[in-house]
Amino acid sequence: MRLQKISKTSFFIATTLLTLLITACYPDHNQSTFDPQGPVAASQLNLFWWIFIGGMIVFVLVEGALVYAMIKFRARSESDIPAQTHGNTRLEIIWTAVPALLLLIIMVPTINGLFYMYEAPKLHQANHVLEVIGHQWWFEFRYPDPNDPEKEIVTANEVYIPVGYPVPLNLDSVDVIHSFWVPKLAGKTDMVPGEGNYMWFEADVPGEYYGQCAEYCGTSHANMKFKVIAVSEPDFKSWLQVQSNPALESSDPLVQEGAGVFKSAGCTGCHATKTVVNKGSKGRVGPNLAHVASRRNLAAGMLRNSDENGSVNDALLQKNLRTWLQDPNEVKPGNLMSSGAQVYTDPDKKLTEEQISQLVHYLSSLK
Amino acid sequence: MLKLSWIGGATDAGWFGYAPLTSVAQNPGTGIDFWIISLQILGIASLAASFNFIVTVINMRAPGMTMMRLPLFTWMSFITAILLVLAFPVITVALIELTFDRYFMFNFFNVANGGSVVLWQHLFWVFGHPEVYILILPAMGIVSEVLPVFSKKPLFGYKTVVLAGIIIAFMGWMVWSHHMFTVGLGAVANAVFTITTMLIAVPTGIKVFNWLGTIWGGSIRFTTPMLFSLGFIAMFLMGGISGVMHAVSPSDAQQQDTYFIPAHLHYVLFGGAIMGILSGIFYWFPKYSGKMYSERQGKISFWLIMIGQNVTFFPMHFVGLDGMPRRIYTYADNMGWDFWNGVTTGGAFILVLGFLLVMDNIGRHWKNGEPAPSDPWDGRTLEWSISSPPPEYNFEEIPIVRSLDAWWETKQGEAHKEVPASGGSGNDGHGIHLPQPSYWPFVAAAGLFIAAYGVVFNDLLIPWALAAIGLTIGFVGVYAWSLEPINDPEEEDSTH
Repeated sequence: MRLQKISKTSFFIATTLLTLLITACYPDHNQSTFDPQGPVAASQLNLFWWIFIGGMIVFVLVEGALVYAMIKFRARSESDIPAQTHGNTRLEIIWTAVPALLLLIIMVPTINGLFYMYEAPKLHQANHVLEVIGHQWWFEFRYPDPNDPEKEIVTANEVYIPVGYPVPLNLDSVDVIHSFWVPKLAGKTDMVPGEGNYMWFEADVPGEYYGQCAEYCGTSHANMKFKVIAVSEPDFKSWLQVQSNPALESSDPLVQEGAGVFKSAGCTGCHATKTVVNKGSKGRVGPNLAHVASRRNLAAGMLRNSDENGSVNDALLQKNLRTWLQDPNEVKPGNLMSSGAQVYTDPDKKLTEEQISQLVHYLSSLK
Repeated sequence: MLKLSWIGGATDAGWFGYAPLTSVAQNPGTGIDFWIISLQILGIASLAASFNFIVTVINMRAPGMTMMRLPLFTWMSFITAILLVLAFPVITVALIELTFDRYFMFNFFNVANGGSVVLWQHLFWVFGHPEVYILILPAMGIVSEVLPVFSKKPLFGYKTVVLAGIIIAFMGWMVWSHHMFTVGLGAVANAVFTITTMLIAVPTGIKVFNWLGTIWGGSIRFTTPMLFSLGFIAMFLMGGISGVMHAVSPSDAQQQDTYFIPAHLHYVLFGGAIMGILSGIFYWFPKYSGKMYSERQGKISFWLIMIGQNVTFFPMHFVGLDGMPRRIYTYADNMGWDFWNGVTTGGAFILVLGFLLVMDNIGRHWKNGEPAPSDPWDGRTLEWSISSPPPEYNFEEIPIVRSLDAWWETKQGEAHKEVPASGGSGNDGHGIHLPQPSYWPFVAAAGLFIAAYGVVFNDLLIPWALAAIGLTIGFVGVYAWSLEPINDPEEEDSTH
């Protein structure tokens, strides 16, 4: 008993020290796999430590033998001729069998962990299946509409989940292969067009978790990020309610004018401002903007709209919207808006400063 | 060909070119076409060379040189050639499918019309995984020759090392899906590939242990090639351990497509293959150039490369596990990746310095080095029995091989051997089968090159003509080449 406890403690200390070493000196490790905040990521990290320690033992023994041999058996004179041994069958059998045995041992927890990843624990609330659809270069999220099972609410690049509940995810893509990855919650799963995919994760504590596309998907692969925000169950429910209703209309004339520009400049061709769509319906080309002003980030995680505590800062949001609208290509090279929207491709239709201001006011009213 | 592709736009879908990034819709330029066509030409060349190696090894061994007396480098090259012959057709098929998709609107990888993008991944990795063994096996062969020479001991467990090489080559076909653990093949498929991938560590481990057994109890001389070979063992082992980490597929879900993967693959292919090749370059330098390189400079370059690669590639483990995906050109400054990426950049400069020294060492001494004796290392295999550089016909008389390490045994006089390849019959090597020097292969290659340009720029009329002309030149080249008289020693003997 006692021995077990000591070995457990020393295991804990050793792994903690190693983690500190690897992530030394940095306050922010938003995508560290050493800081799991949910059971899936934790089980994956746990396996990593076992194989890491096994690997370290092999590493020390073999590299040690190598260095020892290099020192012990260095040539002392040119004419030295050592015994011409050709091999040793018993030794060779041992160093075939021992590694094979070690690997067999590692396989057991590995296969266990593998099936754990694929089988979500009993779902407490089946209506929380999260649909994730990859686009170049942003993420679309859909939840079933709490008010109408035939409908889905749509949002983009930022999604809430309830703490303590396993969340099953269906993954898909409309163009190329992307990969869905929130390192602190779970390992990645590819979003394969035409095949679809499935995974699950769960957050143990509330927080904002960083995610990023992990499969090379073209020019702005590096700029395709998202956030998963874990909140308590009641907060999650109220978020869902907010998302299923349109943003409050504003009587501000500037906002009204902005809404007009939004239509006349052709934005509606790609961006929806409706919150609810039919289940399984095809999404728009661009992210849904129904509640864009309530999101902590703009342009798939490229521009930060919120303060430290996560609440959206209006001044920051307006500045970011302006930056984006003036030249989206500056923020996200290769994006389809700057290559597809007439206001960016046709110099005659270029947005004026005034129109941009109106749009900024309109969009920042979409809370 | 690929290097010239900047004329028409570079290839930009990564080295494994996952569909549908390579489709015309995603990638309308000629970059991908350059990639396809140059890979196909490379495939033809590799196949031709591999058949050549296979036939040579099987048919043209010296009398007494049984398969189990072959030097290890020859053995591993032989296995590699077989792997190439089997693996390249797979990528050829995949590339032809892609060509049809791009040129003739086929739908192999077009999801909208019922194609499958995962099909590409399977085909690519069925080729791609044997391909990495194609890269590493010759290096393993080199190391297996260098270690015995500089330890003055025979290779420990020759048969086991050969067998392990064969098993690695065989099992290399059963592990391709470990590149696809996150594609969603399902728990069972992933479990199977987890197991096979782990098992491939066993024959690899056997090789490492046998190399240790070789130097154990030896008399080790730390020359440049020996240092590179020892470095190979040290680095390859680390790559092997991180390889087993990926094999654990649940934790690979965190590692896949992060910097942890480039870290692993550089330890096996840089610390492994490149170090092995460098070892071979220095080991045989006296033989093929007839000159000695600078040992001091060689050792300095070894240490620069050894330190440089660890500084470059080791931090990739850290940033990878810290959540940095591969193939990103930028990242935000609140991710905690800056420091180790800075270290990596610094390491790359050390590496460059090391390689410049290697190139200088080789280039300069090839011209003005000290003349090399025929057997500078007290070698074990027969190439060290002839002069440096060897005459065009290699051996004046075909040696009779009575054992493994025949030259060493001869020198030790243990086995009452005839001295191979000495004495000479004064016939200036006319008794040796040699291919005729010929310009036709170059003509054939130039023809294919011209044709390839035509195919890539196919939307114009002239390029199609160019393709036709190139192909014609290519065929004429091959035809004329095969009609050349062969230099058959039997025939010449009869005309004496």
